[in-house]
Amino acid sequence: MTELPLIGEAVAVADQAPDVRKLTGARIGVVTFPGTLDDRDAVRAVRLAGAAAVPLWHADTTLGDVDAVVIPGGFSYGDYLRAGAISRFAPLMARIIDAANSDARLPVLGICNGFQILTESHLLPGSMIKNDGLLFMCRDQILRVENNTTDWTRDYAVGQEITVPLKNQDGQYIADEKTLDALEAEGRVVFRYVGFNPNGSRRDIAGISNAAGNVVGLMPHPEHAVEAGFGPEIGSGTEGLGFFTSVLNKIVGDNK
Amino acid sequence: MPRIVVDVMPKPEILDPQGKAIVGALPRLGFTAFSSVRQGKRFELTVDGEVTEEILAQARNAAETLLSNPVIEDVVNVEVVEA
Repeated sequence: MTELPLIGEAVAVADQAPDVRKLTGARIGVVTFPGTLDDRDAVRAVRLAGAAAVPLWHADTTLGDVDAVVIPGGFSYGDYLRAGAISRFAPLMARIIDAANSDARLPVLGICNGFQILTESHLLPGSMIKNDGLLFMCRDQILRVENNTTDWTRDYAVGQEITVPLKNQDGQYIADEKTLDALEAEGRVVFRYVGFNPNGSRRDIAGISNAAGNVVGLMPHPEHAVEAGFGPEIGSGTEGLGFFTSVLNKIVGDNK
Repeated sequence: MPRIVVDVMPKPEILDPQGKAIVGALPRLGFTAFSSVRQGKRFELTVDGEVTEEILAQARNAAETLLSNPVIEDVVNVEVVEA
């Protein structure tokens, strides 16, 4: 798959960062499944953060030379069977699961449908069911950062509130009480909804991580809040960029 | 052609938002006898030829790995239905 073109000014903005890219040399893969929607936005977010974006195709059998992977949002396989259930068995997912669990601990971020794919893959515990109101929700959502030690949140402060778009129908995070207690005790609840829980998720959970902190999944969309004028009207509108600069700093730090 | 039917239901302890919506709609149509509804899924797997124990085992395995998610669902029935 060739690299996707960016539209309009996004190209110019992204091209302002080539020195940073050369400096870091970081390569962040963005996976496209049949039915993925937000891969282009994720690619743009990666570039705006100063890394090179590497488009990956679900049928690929190798990961290539990437330092991190983003599994973006959308409706892979039309959400048929269960959201993320079919994508989870894509050839590339086997490589991603191995890399995430390897000693190298490949950083993996799952956004929305990507989060659903990560739970179906058992890289993250629990699952998502339909929103308790049964409606598709689309809103600017305030989140509180609960853990800034993961590979994807180190540029945030604990307790920091950020606003990013949220848009989903199967967004109600659930797990049994024992799993929820363990997530809380281990600090693996990374984000919580603030003010309003849009889907009835247990304990207002918006995002979680694995034990090592390299795999993070969340329902809201940080990649839609990376560029002034195109993000939420609450706050700076760019409060999702920290995900991508966080992983970049992690990669650069490891390469020192 | 014989078929293997697999029934999957949401786990009892998990609130089923779809079932909740359906139980709310029933009395509006005069169906007042039902206090709760849970919505599940039925899969029909067609087999070319005889259903052997090995094929049935495959179906059970598929039911547990792909057709259901053990975090939120139970496989409640796997049976052979002759066409």
